[in-house]
Amino acid sequence: MNAALAAFVAGLIFAVGLALGGMTLPGKVTAFLDIFGNWDPSLAFVMLGAISVHAVLYRVIRRHSSPLFAPTFSTPTRSDLDFRLVGGAALFGIGWGIGGFCPGPAVTSLTSGQPSTLIFVAAMLVGMLLYKLADKAWGHPLATLPQRESHLVAATTSAFEDPQDA
Amino acid sequence: MENFTPLASLGGGILIGLSASLLLLCNGKIAGVSGIVGGLLSPTPNDTAWRVLFVVGLFTGGLLFSLFSPQVFTVSISRSTGALILAGLLVGFGTRLGNGCTSGHGVCGMSRFSVRSVVATITFMIAGFATVYIINHLLGGSL
Repeated sequence: MNAALAAFVAGLIFAVGLALGGMTLPGKVTAFLDIFGNWDPSLAFVMLGAISVHAVLYRVIRRHSSPLFAPTFSTPTRSDLDFRLVGGAALFGIGWGIGGFCPGPAVTSLTSGQPSTLIFVAAMLVGMLLYKLADKAWGHPLATLPQRESHLVAATTSAFEDPQDA
Repeated sequence: MENFTPLASLGGGILIGLSASLLLLCNGKIAGVSGIVGGLLSPTPNDTAWRVLFVVGLFTGGLLFSLFSPQVFTVSISRSTGALILAGLLVGFGTRLGNGCTSGHGVCGMSRFSVRSVVATITFMIAGFATVYIINHLLGGSL
């Protein structure tokens, strides 16, 4: 196994988990979010299963000084709360409620070729590009934090990089 | 609750947790799909291949699953093209602005007990609840 194969296998398992869990059904997602209606709490079990496993394994894995096929762990270290975090999460939640898709299930569903999925993913990519443009126009409020270049520094100094949260 | 699927959903969640752990163990990366895809829109050397392969893995997993049960990709909610475009724009822009989505904040960040991720997850859950309340109970269930 190497880094490339690991990333592929991780994506494959991730997709199967999403599909098995019901995350690729926008109707199930909106039923999960409909707490005052005909509520379907199933997707809470997706989160429960994922966090239970990863919360334990994360701590086991981080006992290693480095990943198997990369020089450093790229885990975020920020703990400050700002408008971007809360505002971005709020916009995302509104879009999630409207479309019933979050990014992972949307990308996973793409190969099903359904027109509504294709439209959603195309718009999502445009939204990400618009953010890129807006971020440039706003300047870099995060300029005090290491930006994308940090992984190059991290690779040579083995300092922790401080990437985006996800 | 006629569609309640706690066991399948728990099993799916366990696979997602294993996948996130594999990516961390092997590549040292966070399994956050908005971050992985968003990073492809500003590609940097040595930081692109794993992203592409993770996304190819997502496609492959989706394709394999659809061979056995294509119904898991059914879109049953009633949404106009305009609503889908609005939803996609909000999800794309919002996840990049907030640095994460259900996977990056909701699974990986929550598992690290990251304060930022806990706040983000509570925020997008409340926004989702409110949005679906408005659509299903004030607007008649379609948009």
